[in-house]
Amino acid sequence: MKTLDKHYDVIIIGGGATGAGTARDCALRGLSVLLIERFDYTAGATGRNHGLLHSGARYAVTDTESAEECIKENQILRRIARHCVEDTGGLFITLPEDDLAYQANFIEKCRAAGIDAQAIDPKEALRIEPSVNPDLIGAVTVPDGAVDPFRLTTANIIDAKRHGADVITYHEVVRFIIRNARVEGVVMRSYHTGEETEVHGSVVVNAGGIWGHGIAKLADININMFPAKGSLLIFGHRVNNTVINRCRKPANADILVPGDTICIIGTTSDRVPYDQVDNMQVTPEEVDILIREGSMLAPALATTRILRAYAGVRPLVASDDDPSGRSISRGIVCLDHAQRDGLEGFITITGGKLMTYRLMAEWATDMVCKKLGIDAKCTTAETPLPGSETPEEEKEEKGSNLRHTIDLPTEQLAAEGRHGTMADEIHWYENGDDTLVCECEEVSLGEVMYAIDKLNVHNLINLRRRTRLGMGTCQGQLCACRAAGLLDKADKCSIKALTDLGHFVNERLKGMIPVGWGESMRSIQFTQWLYNGVAGLDDLIAPDIAPQQSACKMPSDEATDTTSDTSNS
Amino acid sequence: MKFNTVIIGGGLSGLTAGIALAEAGQQVAIFSSGQSALHFNSGSLNLLGYDADHKPVTDPFEAIAALPAEHPYSRLGMERIKALMPRVGKMMADADIPVQGTDGTNHWRLSPLGDFKPAWLTFDGYPTFDSLQNMPWKCVAICGIDGFLDFYPRFLAAALRRKGVECMESSIAVDAVEHQRSSSSEMRAPNLAKVIDRKAVEQIAERLNALDPKAEAILFPAVVDMHDFGEMQHLRSLVKRPLYFAATMGASVPGVRVQQMLQRRFRRLGGAYMLGDTVERGRWSADGKRLECVRTTNFGDDCVQADQFIFAAGSFFSYGLDSTPQGVREPIFGLDVDASTDRNDWFNPDMFKPQPYMKFGLAVDDAQHARREGASVENVYVAGSALPGADAVTECSGAGIATLTALAAADAILNLKK
Repeated sequence: MKTLDKHYDVIIIGGGATGAGTARDCALRGLSVLLIERFDYTAGATGRNHGLLHSGARYAVTDTESAEECIKENQILRRIARHCVEDTGGLFITLPEDDLAYQANFIEKCRAAGIDAQAIDPKEALRIEPSVNPDLIGAVTVPDGAVDPFRLTTANIIDAKRHGADVITYHEVVRFIIRNARVEGVVMRSYHTGEETEVHGSVVVNAGGIWGHGIAKLADININMFPAKGSLLIFGHRVNNTVINRCRKPANADILVPGDTICIIGTTSDRVPYDQVDNMQVTPEEVDILIREGSMLAPALATTRILRAYAGVRPLVASDDDPSGRSISRGIVCLDHAQRDGLEGFITITGGKLMTYRLMAEWATDMVCKKLGIDAKCTTAETPLPGSETPEEEKEEKGSNLRHTIDLPTEQLAAEGRHGTMADEIHWYENGDDTLVCECEEVSLGEVMYAIDKLNVHNLINLRRRTRLGMGTCQGQLCACRAAGLLDKADKCSIKALTDLGHFVNERLKGMIPVGWGESMRSIQFTQWLYNGVAGLDDLIAPDIAPQQSACKMPSDEATDTTSDTSNS
Repeated sequence: MKFNTVIIGGGLSGLTAGIALAEAGQQVAIFSSGQSALHFNSGSLNLLGYDADHKPVTDPFEAIAALPAEHPYSRLGMERIKALMPRVGKMMADADIPVQGTDGTNHWRLSPLGDFKPAWLTFDGYPTFDSLQNMPWKCVAICGIDGFLDFYPRFLAAALRRKGVECMESSIAVDAVEHQRSSSSEMRAPNLAKVIDRKAVEQIAERLNALDPKAEAILFPAVVDMHDFGEMQHLRSLVKRPLYFAATMGASVPGVRVQQMLQRRFRRLGGAYMLGDTVERGRWSADGKRLECVRTTNFGDDCVQADQFIFAAGSFFSYGLDSTPQGVREPIFGLDVDASTDRNDWFNPDMFKPQPYMKFGLAVDDAQHARREGASVENVYVAGSALPGADAVTECSGAGIATLTALAAADAILNLKK
């Protein structure tokens, strides 16, 4: 077995928002860091949620602690991650079938948690958000917004790397190295080759989300988690520009979030067995609930095209056997396994939510520092992420905003929206760099090449998560093929690129089937006709062709990754 | 407004029926709500490419004999199919569309991503292969156009190399398309074809002639000539080696070209081709057994009358069929459909496997009459991919079903007149 020479202060398992945030925090505090992710960044629950920048109002009545954490982090993310955040504002509406008395208590609890909640006239709510159900009898504004979890995680990874962290993707931790009741490192297995590698570190942080349960099991530690599946639907355009919530006790499908070119309704909540967390399928019943309840928030949803359905699993930590999972605290759980289980050098950070990823990272890093005897302050609440360095006001002073809105073509604006100030690294004016690869999301050739060069892109799913390529209305019909051609040029392995294309198109289809009627059915038929009938991709990825091109390295077992990813937007 | 026959749908199937009827002297109108599926054509027409085990078919008649009873070919019967097939080749010839492969056996075409697929008729200019064991070249140049992403020299080269052909990939700049590149979404095959004029063709020829002389032949993307085969043949005459056009992904220049040439043929025969007009609904006779006239977006209250109607509006992609969470329906007239109502049964989650929904279509009787409320409609015939019983994508049978069932419907209508 190979062994990495370097001894790390901290090894972090999991490339979601929490793992990436912890890697960044540790790196900023001067620790030597290794982050290990079994697939790709954001492949788990980070990429499968609403993308809601919670104000905390949703939890104000039921979970004060979570509400307070949310509003604080909300304000922090607006500062440090401005290129990942959209200030849409939010509404909590009361419908005739809801109890209007709930609203007064809701506002009081919001204010107690530090959330600026203002009751407004329902007519005013309709003016702010014309798509809202016109039957509403009450409305409250809150500082909700939208956050792009892909960008947010990638920015954390980039900053961690800039501060010396090493990041390894497509490697799964399969064993812990334990000596004298102390974790001294891990053994990771490559998905590409199956090869195992030993790596040593002083502290190991388990940031595996719901998969953290299985990671802890490798050290014979039981964390009683509560895998709660949440299903969501993505609609084909922005029906709403303001987040719309239902002003009542949290229930199914009562949040509608706009994001980029689309909007998302969710979620359901159902306990699922651990062995199913890699195999989430949205059922027809869930789809029906989401459409029915969503149409209560914005009636236009009943007739709006649905692009796809997907589901994520919340890593809630169970305190009782509540079958719905809603009364369980969404609070952060940071476990020191030395204290809890007598195993030194091992921490689990779990619970929480995307909104509190930074705070979770801070808690975990505090604990790591304490274990290492290092006295270093957390600075992540003040230090902007890469892409968000220049505050908007300064930009305006320099006149750059003005220049942007008038001069730049839309694909450059789109790239700037996605990458913030890092968009400066994208080439535009040579070799056809401004040719569009993905027309729905305006992803240019230059942006694809930037992602391949700088953002750890090895396949089309990586590329989708970094650039939104294939996330738009057509769900990757031609752009996937163009991008496969570009990856082929970079990798010089045609069979790998075509196999990857097959996986990508199939994964897009998986999310479309649960909503496969009307325009989606049409789109599915077109995709199958084009890729199978015209192009014969079905024959090109057939196993009898693969061995004939043994000269190049075949892709990792991405089929597994693909199955797990019915990912966000 | 009154016609002998009104055809709903102006793709390959509707045009084939329309041309046959107009040739026989009928007054025919075709209503086409938009562009047809031909716009994504591969450069070939398929009869039957694969059998039930997805084995490539060399003798289509043998494979057709093995199809299940509900397949459109089985409904036609072998004798009809054999009698109708030469008429498709003749229709193409009469429309000045040169095709290869009229002998009825399959040959191979090269797909845009480098798959060799069985084909029935292939438009002139495309490479065809009688056998995959003996490639026609030892060394070939595969040349793209700078900035054009829908042509894949490396994928084509990978396929040809597997067959022992040496491949040289390259790319040339074409001045005429350079300004297209300033608008980032204009580098698509039909957009290129629009600006590749005589002068551009000459420049392309000059640059292709400068390619390594070792290559015996050249493959170039099919982005020349939307109108007819003239410019394309001119380019081939200027290039000093055999020049072949290779299919591109996305909208297809040869598909658009053939669509336009068939439309011209139909119009020259006196047919009325109503492009961009959508049939919205029909008026039925008192007994509900006959369609009397159709209301269209452009004709408004002037209900367009005809003795006979052909429904050739295609499958889901072309809006001949529509679906809701509750089921599948025919959206114009509410004709009966042959489809599962449970949406759990529609798809195989692996897109590379045969799909149940592909076999959905309009319910028909043995004479291809549509059905309404359980009874045959005596003056509405169904043709093309609106017919049930075939997974045309998996078996590669779409063009054969489109043309042969259209000719059968036209014959049925003409026989009535006698």
